[in-house]
Amino acid sequence: MNNSALFVSLGGVLASAAPVLFAVIGETISERAGVLNLSMNGMILLSAMGSFAVALSTGSVVLGFLAGALIGALVSLVVVFASLTLLQSQVAVGFVLALLCRDLSYFLGSPIMGQVGPRISQLPIPGLEQIPVLGTILFRQDMMTYLSFILVILAWFFIFKTRPGLTLRGIGERPAAAFVRGANVNRLRYLYAVLGGAIAGLAGPIYSLSVKAGWKGTISGLDGIGWIVLSITIFGGWKPFRAAFGAYLFAFLQWLGLVLQPSLPSVPSQVLQVAPFPLMILTLLFVNIGNAEWVERSLARLPENVRRDIAKVLRAMNATPPAALGVPFEKE
Amino acid sequence: MRDSRATRLLFKVGAILFALIVTTGVLFLAKAQPFAAYKYITLGALGSWDVVTNVFVSWVPLLLATSGLLVTFTVGLWNIGIEGQITLGAIFTTWAMRLLEHSGWNPTLILMLAVLAGMLGGALWAMLAGALKTFGGVNEIFGGLGLNFVATALNIWLIFGPWKRPGVASMSGTIPFDRSLWMPIAQGSSRLTPATLVMAIVGILVVYAMIEGTYFGLRLKAVGKNARSAHILGIPTWQYMMSSFAVCGIFAGVAGAVQVTAVYHRLIPSISSGYGYLGLMVAMLVGYRASLAAPVALFFAALNVGSIQLPIVLKLDSSLAGVLQGTLVLFVVLGQGVRSRILKKTKVKS
Repeated sequence: MNNSALFVSLGGVLASAAPVLFAVIGETISERAGVLNLSMNGMILLSAMGSFAVALSTGSVVLGFLAGALIGALVSLVVVFASLTLLQSQVAVGFVLALLCRDLSYFLGSPIMGQVGPRISQLPIPGLEQIPVLGTILFRQDMMTYLSFILVILAWFFIFKTRPGLTLRGIGERPAAAFVRGANVNRLRYLYAVLGGAIAGLAGPIYSLSVKAGWKGTISGLDGIGWIVLSITIFGGWKPFRAAFGAYLFAFLQWLGLVLQPSLPSVPSQVLQVAPFPLMILTLLFVNIGNAEWVERSLARLPENVRRDIAKVLRAMNATPPAALGVPFEKE
Repeated sequence: MRDSRATRLLFKVGAILFALIVTTGVLFLAKAQPFAAYKYITLGALGSWDVVTNVFVSWVPLLLATSGLLVTFTVGLWNIGIEGQITLGAIFTTWAMRLLEHSGWNPTLILMLAVLAGMLGGALWAMLAGALKTFGGVNEIFGGLGLNFVATALNIWLIFGPWKRPGVASMSGTIPFDRSLWMPIAQGSSRLTPATLVMAIVGILVVYAMIEGTYFGLRLKAVGKNARSAHILGIPTWQYMMSSFAVCGIFAGVAGAVQVTAVYHRLIPSISSGYGYLGLMVAMLVGYRASLAAPVALFFAALNVGSIQLPIVLKLDSSLAGVLQGTLVLFVVLGQGVRSRILKKTKVKS
């Protein structure tokens, strides 16, 4: 492969990470508020199918994207209504919705399967695209890929640098304390979960109107993405930049699998496509192992200087979930 | 409103009605005729002796998966990794069969060893998720999901690599086993295997007895209700979590073994057929109690089998069964929430 083709493919990696980024940032916002939205996998499929159907019948990609966000918001609304208002298990409701939305998308999507519809086009940025190497990789993308770059920065700024962001972290970490300081915990949780759902819902149309244009039912290759999104959210430690790194790493590994395919003819392509998953488990293990009790206990037995070094490494990798994640809040 | 059997039943019936209304709405949205769809699902599941036996063929692995999950739910664990555990059970079963198929041993003995191998495979994969949870701090949901993908990759690699058919490997799976090594089929039926029916029925009875009638089950419940206080009371929590994973893995492994020895007679890429996830839904629907698991699993199996004909007769996708199952579980869960909310309000007033 010559260099220019390589840069074009690296640009493709950024584009294929865009939907994952939207979904991961959406889930991060929701989980920061204390709401675990496990429905992600089905929700992305349903919003991909729904937005393609809308764009196909109206001819408007804008309406398609709106439909995707709306579907994401509605599915999240069911999750928060069931968990915050009806006090049912978030995991249970999320899991049921993950399966239900997947089957709904296959059922309702079967008439439009394989049809050719509208899609968004490349939008090279004049001037910037001429920059050698970087121009090809960064500035010959479509609108949503540019927005995905901006979204990460915006989300980081909002969560860590603004007052509402502080409250957002508060309602996920210590809802009782946030409540005492005047935050309406449940209303804000509704707000952020639905907002996060709408952002994550955009992942669907980014697939069906751009990255993997069209709707191909069970062979769309989208089934499973949502579960990855949930793992990347953990890997990202609920921090936008680290989450973005996870999303790009995942997209890069999948691309690497495709590139390595010709040189490893004995390995079926389906195996290389799932290669990132064992890696995800390993990273989850590294991210979490510092939280395990036995690690702390065995660390305590080591000599002081060794212990300090290991603890430093563990802390750097470690990610602790928002303390009140999945726990309903009641005023009493 | 008082909390009674009657109100509970009322909410269950309400959930079924709501699920039917929503599914009917979905059918209208797809411009289909709802009554025709329901009619063909019913006919597809009950229309002839042959389809009825198919329902039971599908009931066996589903009930086995559900039985295992009831054990992990009792200790409060969400064993989403069950799909991978079924797959590993199928892989170990196939491995044992391949090892022994030309040994000339008694076929019954080979089949028994193959099922045992399946149990081992399922249990090992489940304990891997358990170890990640108890020693690595990895939430069982995410560890399990990752392991599901790894199991699928391993399965596909085996089918396309070391175990491929002579000539060209294909998605249709490994080469079928000799007829003498199929689970014996009942007379007058094309697919029903009495031995696996016995396994499923014994399985759910064992789980019921274990949870409701043994000291082990009582301790499992204690860990599930409150792991911290169980620990303080001297119950070694992590051993109980690991054992419940192992038990669930054994059941999942049997389900995988059944898929290989009695249903497909070979290893195929989607060998778990989604029975693990469906088992989670059944377990949720029966409120994690063993007593209703068998009939509800039978109903879900009937929906699955009944919808197979939909694409042919009505040009509708067979995922309609999943829509109906999903809405049903969703409304039952929502109904529980509404009921306890109303009960709480009445309590405050009185």
